[in-house]
Amino acid sequence: MATRPITRNTVIPGFGPALGYTVFYLSLVVLLPLSALAVKTASLTWGEFLATVAAPRVVASYRVTFGAALAAAGVNAVFGLLVAWVLVRYRLPGKRFIDALVDLPFALPTAVAGITLSSVYAANGWLGQFLEPRGITVAFTPVGIFVAMTFIGLPFVVRTVQPVLEELEEEVEEAAACLGATRWQTFRRVLFPELLPAVLTGFALAFARGVGEYGSIIFIAGNMPMVSEITPLLIITKLEQYDYAGATAIATVMLFFSFLMLLAVNLLQKWSRRHAA
Amino acid sequence: MKPIKTIAAVAAAFLALAAPLGARAEVSLLNVSYDPTRELYQDFNAAFAAYWKGKGGGPVTVKQSHGGSGKQARAVIDGLEADVVTLALAYDIDEIAGKAKLIPANWQKRLPHNSSPYTSTIVFLVRKGNPRNIRDWNDLIRSDVKVITPNPKTSGGARWNYLAAWGYALKQKGGSEATARDFVTRLYKNVPVLDSGARGSTTTFVQRGQGDVLLAWENEAFLAVNELGKDKFQIVVPSVSILAEPPVTVVDKVVDRKGTRTVAEEYLKYLYTPSGQEIAAKNYYRPIDKKVAAKYAAFFPKVRLFTIDDTFGGWQAAQKKHFADGGVFDQIYGPGK
Repeated sequence: MATRPITRNTVIPGFGPALGYTVFYLSLVVLLPLSALAVKTASLTWGEFLATVAAPRVVASYRVTFGAALAAAGVNAVFGLLVAWVLVRYRLPGKRFIDALVDLPFALPTAVAGITLSSVYAANGWLGQFLEPRGITVAFTPVGIFVAMTFIGLPFVVRTVQPVLEELEEEVEEAAACLGATRWQTFRRVLFPELLPAVLTGFALAFARGVGEYGSIIFIAGNMPMVSEITPLLIITKLEQYDYAGATAIATVMLFFSFLMLLAVNLLQKWSRRHAA
Repeated sequence: MKPIKTIAAVAAAFLALAAPLGARAEVSLLNVSYDPTRELYQDFNAAFAAYWKGKGGGPVTVKQSHGGSGKQARAVIDGLEADVVTLALAYDIDEIAGKAKLIPANWQKRLPHNSSPYTSTIVFLVRKGNPRNIRDWNDLIRSDVKVITPNPKTSGGARWNYLAAWGYALKQKGGSEATARDFVTRLYKNVPVLDSGARGSTTTFVQRGQGDVLLAWENEAFLAVNELGKDKFQIVVPSVSILAEPPVTVVDKVVDRKGTRTVAEEYLKYLYTPSGQEIAAKNYYRPIDKKVAAKYAAFFPKVRLFTIDDTFGGWQAAQKKHFADGGVFDQIYGPGK
């Protein structure tokens, strides 16, 4: 991942146009909409802004959204690693099929995912009919939000860990074994440090996606104020009242939190890389 | 280079197809509507095209756009080129008039009956045999009844549900603002799921088996019963309900720019003719034409109906008091309640 110094001649010519294009493209696609967000938000006074983003119902929705997204990303980090491991290290029948299956949450329209999940977990659904009598209600509770976020977040971890695992040579493990390491020691001291940055990246991506997710959650959440209402729903609620500034204010806070989170994960990654080296 | 070539080829093919279509002097209207009118306008557009041709007009195609009423209004405000809007509540059209100035403020006076060519009301959908014995609004606040209704903050249809319940309580003996508020609070305590839209609530009730009663527009309730089986659900009509008036209007700035004002105005007027009224009735909207209404009287049981204007002082007032941030609905769900 070494970057070249700008001045040196590179194999591919045209540094100028390439940089120009990159900056232009990013401005058009990312910066422009984000600055529109900031401009809309700026039409509120500081007091109005605080009153909007710190209202008890909004704060409750942050708790639900970020809490569920963290939990879902955590679960995905563990089980995504497992899935990637199985896909890379074992030969099994229908492996290609399973591999393709992992991408399904990427491709599926999120509303379809939400409707499907709620039909599976509702009291009369395939899984719901077994869970509900045991006192576990998933659909229309915060647990449902967590389930939906787990579903849509899985590919992020698998797809970031997979290539790193493929690069890891089995000889390293064999060498560790020859030197007398137990399986657990090999995993903990040899493999895991190598994988950690990729797992963290996957975790961060899954988390960010979970925070921003709307379509799949709305059908399974129940959407009860103070209990199972996600922040994106409150943004839609504001828009439904033509309160554009209020909607963008909440969106700005979400963006800020997500940015902090991604920053923290980036620092962690850096630290873990140095630690591994 | 290959994908670029492919894209260019596809684009060229589209242009070649589109050019002759544009060359013909065909008038095209865009009707921006809300979700449950899809079937209604499919029928109506075909009838209008034939009628317009019969009057010596050219070929006319009407494109439809459906979605949540508020979302559709925002799309028009943000530049969707709607010739006519046919939305779920006057409040949404008021916002198009106020925010984007595409329509004059007095738009609702331009067509008869508050610009609502058809009406509807709020009824109950219950499971076949009515196992919980739900007869009227009072039954909805019983502790053994679970009610499914969407969130009035995100769904225009849900606002009619809420106001219907409020109006019922208000019109009881000894009814007052305080009793109405108490009634609505108790009703929403019985709501286990607040979907973001009316179709979502129908799914929650019908497919997921949640709740004992669904608050629904009459036409949606009819559709649900017909599509999903008369052996599973039945409609209960309460003693009192609200007169839901979905309004229509021409979007002046757009039709003047596109030169489609005449056709667009004729289109809306045709809704008020006996044939337009027949189509509305067949799609389970209550016709306002007395003759057509009499013909379909068996469909639509008599209900005591109150209007939003006489009970709530119009949409702007109702919106501000009940559904705006910090309004009555928010207070019902406020922290510590």
